[in-house]
Amino acid sequence: MASAAGAAPLADVDTSTVSGRKRGRTGYLLLLPAAVWLGIFFVVPFYSLVATSLFDPSGSDSRGYDMTYHVANYWHVFQDYRGPLLRSLWYGALATAFCLLLGYVLAYAIAFKAGRWKNLMLVLVIAPFFTSFLVRTLSWKLILADDGFVVNTLQAVHVLGSDGRLLATPVAVVAGLTYNFLPFMVLPLFASIDKIDHRLIEAAGDLYANPITGFFKVTWPLSLPGVVSGTLLTFIPAAGDYINAQLLGSPNQRMVGSVIQSLFTDANNYPAAGALSMILMIIIVAMVLFYVRRAGTEELL
Amino acid sequence: MSQVAEAPASRDPDELADPASYDGLALRRLTKHFGAFHAVRELDLDVPRGSFFALLGPSGCGKTTTLRMAAGLETPSSGTITLAGKDITYAKPYQRPVNTVFQNYALFPHLDIYENVAFGLRRRKQKDVDAQVRDMLELVELSSQARKKPTQLSGGQQQRVALARALINSPEVLLLDEPLGALDLKLRRSMQIEIKRIQTEVGRTFIHVTHDQEEAMTMADTVAVMNAGVIEQMGAPAELYENPRSTFVANFLGQSNLIEGTVKSRAADVVTVDMHGVDVSVPASRAHTDGDQGWIGIRPEKVLIGEVGEELDAPGNTIPGGVVSDVSFVGVSTQYLVRMPWGQELQVFSQNTGRHRLFATGDEVELSWRPEYAFLLDAAQDASAGAQRMDADG
Amino acid sequence: MAWLRKHLVLILGLLVLVYTFIPIFVVVLMSFNDPASRLIYRFDGFTLHNWANICEDPDMCSALGRSVEIGLLSTAGATVLGTLAAFALVRHEFKGRSTANLLIFLPMAAPEIVLGSSLLALFVGAGFAGQLGFWTILIAHIMFCLSFVVVTVRSRLAGMSDTLEQAAMDLYATPRQTFWRVTFPLVFPGILGAALLSFSLSFDDFIVTNLNAGQTTTFPMYVWGVAQRGVPMQVNVVGTLMFLVSIVIVVGSELNSRRRARALV
Repeated sequence: MASAAGAAPLADVDTSTVSGRKRGRTGYLLLLPAAVWLGIFFVVPFYSLVATSLFDPSGSDSRGYDMTYHVANYWHVFQDYRGPLLRSLWYGALATAFCLLLGYVLAYAIAFKAGRWKNLMLVLVIAPFFTSFLVRTLSWKLILADDGFVVNTLQAVHVLGSDGRLLATPVAVVAGLTYNFLPFMVLPLFASIDKIDHRLIEAAGDLYANPITGFFKVTWPLSLPGVVSGTLLTFIPAAGDYINAQLLGSPNQRMVGSVIQSLFTDANNYPAAGALSMILMIIIVAMVLFYVRRAGTEELL
Repeated sequence: MSQVAEAPASRDPDELADPASYDGLALRRLTKHFGAFHAVRELDLDVPRGSFFALLGPSGCGKTTTLRMAAGLETPSSGTITLAGKDITYAKPYQRPVNTVFQNYALFPHLDIYENVAFGLRRRKQKDVDAQVRDMLELVELSSQARKKPTQLSGGQQQRVALARALINSPEVLLLDEPLGALDLKLRRSMQIEIKRIQTEVGRTFIHVTHDQEEAMTMADTVAVMNAGVIEQMGAPAELYENPRSTFVANFLGQSNLIEGTVKSRAADVVTVDMHGVDVSVPASRAHTDGDQGWIGIRPEKVLIGEVGEELDAPGNTIPGGVVSDVSFVGVSTQYLVRMPWGQELQVFSQNTGRHRLFATGDEVELSWRPEYAFLLDAAQDASAGAQRMDADG
Repeated sequence: MAWLRKHLVLILGLLVLVYTFIPIFVVVLMSFNDPASRLIYRFDGFTLHNWANICEDPDMCSALGRSVEIGLLSTAGATVLGTLAAFALVRHEFKGRSTANLLIFLPMAAPEIVLGSSLLALFVGAGFAGQLGFWTILIAHIMFCLSFVVVTVRSRLAGMSDTLEQAAMDLYATPRQTFWRVTFPLVFPGILGAALLSFSLSFDDFIVTNLNAGQTTTFPMYVWGVAQRGVPMQVNVVGTLMFLVSIVIVVGSELNSRRRARALV
C-alpha cells in the first residue's frame, strides 16, 4: 500500500513545537559576563565618543574638556577633512567592487568546479591571511616597487610611461585594500553560492537560457545574500583602514582612519577626532541601511 | 473471516486497570498543551507488560508528544504516568527505566559503536560492561562494526545500533519513535521483521510510534489509533481493520466506502439500514451509532462486482444500478470506481481470480457484499476524516 | 579549446588563489634575503642569517612576545565569555534576546578605527590617558574578539540537534554528565575554531591596538614602526613562521577529516 511509499520521515508537528529553550536564571548568568564586558568596553565607550565629539574644542589634556554640545565640531572637521573622508569611501567602494569580481570567480569555482578539492581550496583562501597583515602589505610594497617586475613589465607594454610608477599612487592603495579584504568577500559568497542547487542552473539551461543568461537570471539572484554580506564585510573595514594608504600610498592618498589616529595621538585634538569618527560611523551606518534595504535582505542585520 | 470481539475502549474509564496494581505502563488523564495548542488531551491508556504496542496516527496527532512524556523528555501539563505501580510522571529521563530509540537515531557522532552501546551502562556504573556490549552487538549482528563511528554505518546498521543502545539497559519499556522512517522501503520491511524478532526474544514492552499503518499492523500486537490528541480506537490490528468504530479509523487504516443510510429497525443481533432505497443489514456488534442516521461502511475488497442479474456469492446487500467509471488493472487485482444511482462513486477491489471478465468503463454492473463485513458509523462524523493522506493507493 | 571553455572558471579561480599567495612567496623569499642596505627593500642575495638570528633586533622579539602573550590572554578571555554567551543564546530563553544579538553584532560591523577611538575616548575621559598599555590592549582585544567567538560557537551549537542531549539523558546521564560527555565534545571543534580565530585577530590587530597602546609595542606596531625607517628581514621570518603554523593546523585538520571520510567507503 502507498502509505509506506509516502513514509519519508514526516516531521511530526509535535516535535517541532516541542524543541524548547530552557527557561530560568541560568541563561542570564551565562550571558552576563559577555554582556557586561561589551557594555563597559563597547557601549559606554561609544557614548564617550559621542560625548567627546561634542566637547568644547578649546579644551586640552591639561585643562580638561567642557561639555558644551559643540555640534559645530562636526561641521569643522567635515570642512577640514572632507578630502580624506570622501577618498576613504571611494577607495573602499573601488576595493569592494574589485573584491566582488575576484571573489565571485573564486567562490564560484570553489563551490561548483572544485569537486573533491573544495575544502582544500577553501582552506587555501584563508591560509595566507593568517600571516601578519602588515608583513603582507609590506611585501606588496616590494612587488609594486619602482624597479620591480610588475612595474617593468607594465612599462615594457606601455601601460605605464617610462617614468610611471605604482607605489605612492591610488592604484597601489586600492590594490592593497582589494588584496587584504578579499577573504571577507569570498567566504560569505561561497556560503551563498554553495547552497544553490546545481539542478536549478541545469534547469535554466534546459529552459533555453544560455549560460550567461542562466547566470544572471538564476545564480546571481540566488547568491545575493552572500553578495550583500560580502560587500558589507569588505567595505566597512576597507573604508576605515589606513595601513594600506600609509604603506603603499603617499600623503596624497591619506585616508580618514589615519587622520583620526593622528588627531587622537599626535594632535591630542579629542573633540575633532571624536567628531570625525562619528561622521565616519554615521555615513557607514546610513550607507549600510540604505544598501540593505535596497537589496531587500534585512534579515542580515 | 470470523467476527472479532469488541475491543475495550481506552476512553472508557470503567475498563481501565488500577494504576497502583497494574504491572504495565498506565497513562491517566494525560494532557499536554503548548500554549493554546493541545497536543494531547486527557489521554487514558494501558500498555500491558511485554506487549508490542503501536501508537498510530497522522503527523501532529500527539503520538510523539505522548511518547516523549513517557520518556520524560516532556513534562505533562496534567495527568499521571505510572509504570509497574510506580508514579513516574515527573521523574527525570535518567531516573526512569524507560529508553528510547530516537527518530533519527541520535547516535553520538564522537563515540564509536561500542561506546554508543555502552553509554547507558557506564552512566549507571554497571559491571561487566564489555560482556554485555558484546552480547548486545551479537544480538543486532554488528559485532564486526564495534569500533566504527556512526557515520561510517549504513542507515539500517545505525538503526540497529540505536536499538542496541537502548535495549542493553533492559528497560521496562522501550519507546520507538518512527524508528524506520529514515529507511528505504525494502530495508524497512526487513527491519520490521528484525525488530519484531528482537522483541519476542527479549520479551520487553515495546511502544512504537508511527504514521505508517501497514508498519503498525505488521509489527504490533495492539494498535492504538490516535487523532487530534485522543485515542480513537485500540485493539488487535485485524480487529481495528475489520471493525472500525469511527470514520477516522475506517479511512486511516486502509480505505473504506462510506455510504449514507437511515436506520429502519434494530433487532437483537442485526440492524437494518435503508441505503438510498436498498435495505442492507449490519450486525449489531458492528453498529457503532445509536442515531437514526449513519454511515454504512464497507472495505473495497469486500465488495463483489458482477453483471446485471448475475447471481453473486453473497446473500443480501445487493445493490443494482452501478456503472463502471474507472478501471485500474494492477495485476493481482483490479480496482474499479463504480458510480451508483445516487451519484456516489464506490471503490471495488476485485481479485483477478479469472472467474470474472474484466469490466470496462461504462459497463453496467451490480455490487454486493456479505452483511457481516459491513459496519455502521455515527453520521455526525466526517466521512473524509483520516482519508486525506490515503491518496490513490492500493 | 573545448577543454579551456569547460575549465575556464576553475582556471580563473585558481589564478585568483595564486594571486592571494604572491605576497606569501615574497615573504618567504625575503626571509632568506641578505640585504645590501636596510633602506632599500629588495632581494639582494641568499642567506640563512635571518633564520639563525631571529632576535637580532631585541625590540622585535619583545614585541613578538608581547603579541603572543596578549593573543593568548585575550583568546582565553574572549573564548570563555563568548562560549558562555553562545550557550545562553542558543540553549536558553530570556527576555532581551534581540538586544543581546544586536550587542554581539555591532562590534563586528563597526569600523576598527571607530572601535579603537571610542575605547580611547573612554580611557581618556576616565582619566586613564597615562596608563594606556598592556591592560588596555588586552581589554580592547577581548572586546572585539568576543563577538567572533559568540558567532562561531553559536553556529556550531545551533547546528547540533538537541536530541543528542535528550538521548544522553534517556541513557541515564545526569545533566552534568550530559554536558561533559556529549555537549562539550561535540561543540569543542567550534570552540577551538573560535579560539584560533580570536588568536589571529588579536595577534594581527593594528588599528585598535595602536590607539590604545600608549608606549607599549606589539608585533604589528613594531612592523609599522620599522616600515618607516628600514625593515629587518627577520620580520619576514616571523611572517613565514606564522604562515607555516597556520598551514600545518589547517592542512592537518583537512587531512584528518579526509581520512575520516575515506574510512566511510
